[in-house]
Amino acid sequence: MATKKFLYINRKAPHGSIYAQESLEVVLIAAAFEQDVSLAFVDDGVYQLMQNQDTAALGSKNFSPTYRALGDYEVNKIYVEQESLELRGLAKDDLMPLVYEDEDDDWAEKDSIHVVSSAELAEIIEQQDVILNF
Amino acid sequence: MAIELGGKTYETDEEGYLVNLADWNDELANEMAKADGATLDENHWEVITFLRDYYEEYQIAPAVRVLTKAIGKKLGKDKGTSKYLYELFPYGPAKQACKYAGLPKPTGCV
Repeated sequence: MATKKFLYINRKAPHGSIYAQESLEVVLIAAAFEQDVSLAFVDDGVYQLMQNQDTAALGSKNFSPTYRALGDYEVNKIYVEQESLELRGLAKDDLMPLVYEDEDDDWAEKDSIHVVSSAELAEIIEQQDVILNF
Repeated sequence: MAIELGGKTYETDEEGYLVNLADWNDELANEMAKADGATLDENHWEVITFLRDYYEEYQIAPAVRVLTKAIGKKLGKDKGTSKYLYELFPYGPAKQACKYAGLPKPTGCV
């Protein structure tokens, strides 16, 4: 099967709509089909990766632990836009740690999250075959 | 659909997956296997327990490729192969084992 470069751009807060959860679902499907998958989090989308999410009061499923499974699916290019974090008074430490084990480096645990500037993200977008917005 | 066991009724979807995760118990898993003509031994239980722990931690049932790799890491290389898992669960390791574990069908399941 031909491999394409897929980028999923996540722009919305996690629990007010179905976008974040649906995006995660299709990301896992693409990864199961062994595609080259990257994720970007911009605007309110950065809230999707916040630590210690609790949806009990909303009565909806807290799917945020599933982001931590992305490493198992070999999805390890996760880009978070610096400007979006700053505008919301957030830093990388506010996000949950996402890691993967590098097969080519004796399974060393490595960070999947890359904080990038808007200009760097534009370059990443430029390199993709397929871009999906959520 | 539903499974009748010990005077209780457990709701399942059209493919036999348990609707309510919290309904699950060991006997129910055995009953589901029996309906498929299978008997669960300790090797099956190892995988079922692994899947339940994985779901508890990540809130998903892993795709078969992910399951195979993770089983190899947790239970030993000889068990982390498609062959071993397909022998235990001939209907597809992720699909069939998840059913007995009371989990939803794995995301990206083919």
